[in-house]
Amino acid sequence: MDIIVCVKQVPETAEADMKINSTGKGIEKTGLVFDINEWDDYALEEAVRLKEKFGGAVTAITIGTEDADNTLRKCLARGADKAIRLTDPKFENSDGYAIAKILHKVIKDMPFNLVLTGAQADDDSYAVVGPFLAELLGIPHATMVKKIELNGEVAKINRELEGGLQEIVEVKMPSVLAIQTGINEPRYVSIMGTRKAMQKEIKILSLTETGLSENEVGEAGSWVTIQKMYVPPVEKLAEFLKGSPEEIASKIAEILRAKGLI
Amino acid sequence: MNEIFVLAEHRQGQMRDITFEMLAKGRELAEKSGAELTAVLLGEDVKDHAKTLSDYAKNVLLVEDNKLKNYNSESYQKVLSGLIKERKPWLTLMGHTSSGIDLAPRLAVMLNMPLATDCIDLKFDNQTLTVTRQMYGGKVNVEAVLRRAEGYMATIRQATFPVKKEPSMNGKIIQAPSSLSEEMTRKRFVEYVLPPPSGVDITIAEFIVGIGRGIKDASNIPQIEELAKTLGGALACSRPIVDKGWLPNDRQVGSSGKTIKPKLYIALGISGAFQHVLGMKSSDLIIAVNKDSKAPIFGVADYGVVEDLFKLVPSLKSKIQELKGQKV
Repeated sequence: MDIIVCVKQVPETAEADMKINSTGKGIEKTGLVFDINEWDDYALEEAVRLKEKFGGAVTAITIGTEDADNTLRKCLARGADKAIRLTDPKFENSDGYAIAKILHKVIKDMPFNLVLTGAQADDDSYAVVGPFLAELLGIPHATMVKKIELNGEVAKINRELEGGLQEIVEVKMPSVLAIQTGINEPRYVSIMGTRKAMQKEIKILSLTETGLSENEVGEAGSWVTIQKMYVPPVEKLAEFLKGSPEEIASKIAEILRAKGLI
Repeated sequence: MNEIFVLAEHRQGQMRDITFEMLAKGRELAEKSGAELTAVLLGEDVKDHAKTLSDYAKNVLLVEDNKLKNYNSESYQKVLSGLIKERKPWLTLMGHTSSGIDLAPRLAVMLNMPLATDCIDLKFDNQTLTVTRQMYGGKVNVEAVLRRAEGYMATIRQATFPVKKEPSMNGKIIQAPSSLSEEMTRKRFVEYVLPPPSGVDITIAEFIVGIGRGIKDASNIPQIEELAKTLGGALACSRPIVDKGWLPNDRQVGSSGKTIKPKLYIALGISGAFQHVLGMKSSDLIIAVNKDSKAPIFGVADYGVVEDLFKLVPSLKSKIQELKGQKV
């Protein structure tokens, strides 16, 4: 069971104070903490679990700068056997389509039974790379994957639909599965494991090795180009309650009383 | 500027709301671009749906086949790509839903049509399609242009475009032959499943306290559960809490969980990602507590508190107990 996992390093922004940078097309990244995209974290864990059950090897691939080695080291520490980083200034500003084209060129010549991706990335939320890649590779896929059971050449998949509903589909392997969060519980890495991972090799490839031309990657090779970024206008902002926690608690209790809720 | 396709989304006999939302936006874009609005309906025995759709579109392109009974990206891709090649719509809209995001990317690559996903607005000016979408969990918006092409594809965020009462379009129902000759062998739909219920139905609770990422650790949950009990309500949560296995599936509020309309919703440590907001925005009164003053949750809350939830919760619980005349 050889599995390729596509991962991305993204800034943690859920609780961070974010600013738009001087280009007006991106965010100011200094001061932000970067980590593996949450969906990819679950994908990596799922790949390692399948490997532990069925044997084979797990390869983590990322597109990014040298900083992304942190994410690859994390993958290696958690049980990935190999890591590949695709780095080239020409890859900058690639949208999901350009990313999928780059990944495709590397993956197509590798042996694999499954390619796992996150269902989406925390930063741009395109949710496209998995199915793009499947079409480029000419193999079937499933997105929003919440459970995987392997049975010979068939992967039995639970997909998350809306309103708590799931569907079961059977997908022939090799295939691409885009993993939804919550599919498993990603393991913690021991300090020993992290140390060991520091010694493992990360293979580095650039545009030349992909065989793609400059025009097929980056902004030139993308379908979607960001023109401007801005803080969303708020139609109606909450009335902020201020004071010490006790004062605020009193105000809330008063609001609830006035509305007849208690 | 001939035609705009809207792929009708339906499941288990029900037309889904996103279909009408897409048709509302599609109607506006069709008028502006001088195109005809066409609803594309794939399914088995769905003539009733076709009739419904004819009120909302100029054409209803209907393909019926028992192999289209349940959504399958493989069969949908085969049929829809055939229709797009034949009629060459300049724009095809799909929902940014479990089926739309499953199908649209493959179809776009296959047909070499630029795709933008999760759009909250679309504009067509000077032969350029510009979309508005969100990044970083809804903290920023971006305007993006699609590479110039003969045809485009976009997936549309749910509950974003209002469905207005408009005169019927008395659309023409056009029955098209199915291009499926055999069952799909690479991918097969098996069945729908619902995870077993946990015993608490948050859709009927009048008071709900919702917890999110800000709760930090499972060991912090009991004190929030007490607050919910003090209020006489139920404890619910946003996606990360269920993902971590700290609360069962049916406590999740949002597009992939439950939709709630309680008298009071207190959101603790929830940033307010769109998916969560979709499930709780109809609550009568919303109070949000979050450390980040820019959290999107404050855009939907009536009252906001920028504070560490763990500092507020004990005081809040005792104030409510006081008011209820219980012993502190």
